[in-house]
Amino acid sequence: MNEIIKMSATTLAEKIKNKELSSVEVTKAFIKRAKETDPKIKAYISITEEYAINQAEESDKKIASGAETGELEGVPIAIKDNILIENIKMTASSKILENYTAPYDATVIEKLKKAGAVFIGKTNLDEFAMGSSTENSAFFTTKNPWNTEHIPGGSSGGSASAVSAMTAPLALGTDTGGSIRQPASCCGIVGLKPTYGRVSRFGAVAFASSLDQIGPMSKTVEDSALLLNVIAGFDKKDSTSINVPVPDYLETIKQDIKGLKIGLPKEYFIDGLDSDVKKSIEKAIEIYKKAGAEFVEISLPLTDYAVAVYYIICCSEASANLARYDGVRYGFRAECDNLLDEYQKSRGHGFGPEVKRRIMLGTYALSAGYYDAYYGKAQKVRTLIKQDFENAFKKVDLILTPSAPTPAFKIGEKSSDPLQMYLSDIFTISCNLAAVPGMSIPCGFSEKGIPIGMQLLASNFDEQTMFKAAYSYQQATEWHKQFPNI
Amino acid sequence: MEISKKDVDYVASLARLEFNEKDKESLTQKLGSILNYIEKIKEVDTSKIEPTSHGASGENFWREDKVIKSSQKTIDAIFKNAPDKEADFFKVKKVMDTEEE
Repeated sequence: MNEIIKMSATTLAEKIKNKELSSVEVTKAFIKRAKETDPKIKAYISITEEYAINQAEESDKKIASGAETGELEGVPIAIKDNILIENIKMTASSKILENYTAPYDATVIEKLKKAGAVFIGKTNLDEFAMGSSTENSAFFTTKNPWNTEHIPGGSSGGSASAVSAMTAPLALGTDTGGSIRQPASCCGIVGLKPTYGRVSRFGAVAFASSLDQIGPMSKTVEDSALLLNVIAGFDKKDSTSINVPVPDYLETIKQDIKGLKIGLPKEYFIDGLDSDVKKSIEKAIEIYKKAGAEFVEISLPLTDYAVAVYYIICCSEASANLARYDGVRYGFRAECDNLLDEYQKSRGHGFGPEVKRRIMLGTYALSAGYYDAYYGKAQKVRTLIKQDFENAFKKVDLILTPSAPTPAFKIGEKSSDPLQMYLSDIFTISCNLAAVPGMSIPCGFSEKGIPIGMQLLASNFDEQTMFKAAYSYQQATEWHKQFPNI
Repeated sequence: MEISKKDVDYVASLARLEFNEKDKESLTQKLGSILNYIEKIKEVDTSKIEPTSHGASGENFWREDKVIKSSQKTIDAIFKNAPDKEADFFKVKKVMDTEEE
């Protein structure tokens, strides 16, 4: 059982297909591990044991009968609890959806079902994906498996912890301002945000529609490519889905990276950078140089404005997206005697403080008299941020940065100062504004044993270059082969 | 950039959010400091710049203006979450205040 939980999804898929292992055996191993560790780690909102075993039995039957199987046949995956799986409870970690049952499958879930994946459970997040530490969950805070006094990152902290603690070989997260990459960095795993429009958002709870993307979370780069192969693709049901063919991301992953030009943006390597993070990144740069990559200093001059632009845009879009939670058709409805009170109290009591704060900020920024100064202005600065990346990618193939300015901080350290919390997203945020893909890969540990992540950014729809650079790095290092002692 | 209690009350009514007095005070202070921070975008010269409202492409995808009827299974699944219903309708409090007519 111990061996199974340490295996990559790629290995598990192979062994299940070869009948060396059964999906039921594998699924039970991960469920056992989840039940053992979750009282301490609290990665899961719900472990869907019966559902998972049923799916696993179906996969085993399919394999035994010789029928056609999917790329992830029988392989367990944990799903962030803001993605809908039909007939399963979905909360978005909010009291307003505490008793909500999903009426349909998200497109990514349909694709995963077709690929034969087994859903092991729904993972914890910051409420409505608003946060960087999973401390904003209305139910409980998830712990970092490497040190339970530290945050797992957010908002996909549950998914990151679940993979890191070996309770699932794969997970899905969502990323609006870094919510896959930053928790991946905090927990020492691989997390990828695809190009905006690469993966369908249909069936994912909308936070900021022009920024949200669903993406893979895994221990290895190869697993990340395997999962992206399954979930990527044009979807008519998502009006922002982009019709670009999906390459086989595994096909080019082992290619040589000699001559690859990697940009180091000077705005990301500032004096205040944590010394452990700096050392890890410098070592990673040496490893890339040995593999034949060339480094170029570049500039992303608008970096300093990214956090401000992001919070105006995401809060404005969130204020519109969260207007649907009014207690009328679903969700928490407060007991009142008139309609206006019902709206105000259902939302007032159903939403947590961070969610309410962001709705307020967004409503203010969009209100008459302020729209041009805030949202209108932010959209124009966003164009300039996008241009920064377009200009950079004329000179380089990839950009390398730290994933976060510090390793995962302690639980409670920033929760009382929202602005401090927002500033911790500084390295991941521009990527969502520019729509480019980004990936975090483990690249070391701090002196206290907390994981450190390195971020790679590529131009639109060039996930392949990111994958081959990340794969090359993982062949030369062992960070991804280390496991926390829980 | 200070935000007044009056502004907070106005925005809260637009957003249909209720706050107790203690939360309103903390919110006013925190919003004020966040608004202060985001003022910095005014430093950027955007005089000749078009806004970006979207990710990787600005193209809109259209579908036919045709009603595709939902299955009974879908309708049932949707109503499963309804706080209050009658036949195939969601039941809510009175929308019009007839006393003011």
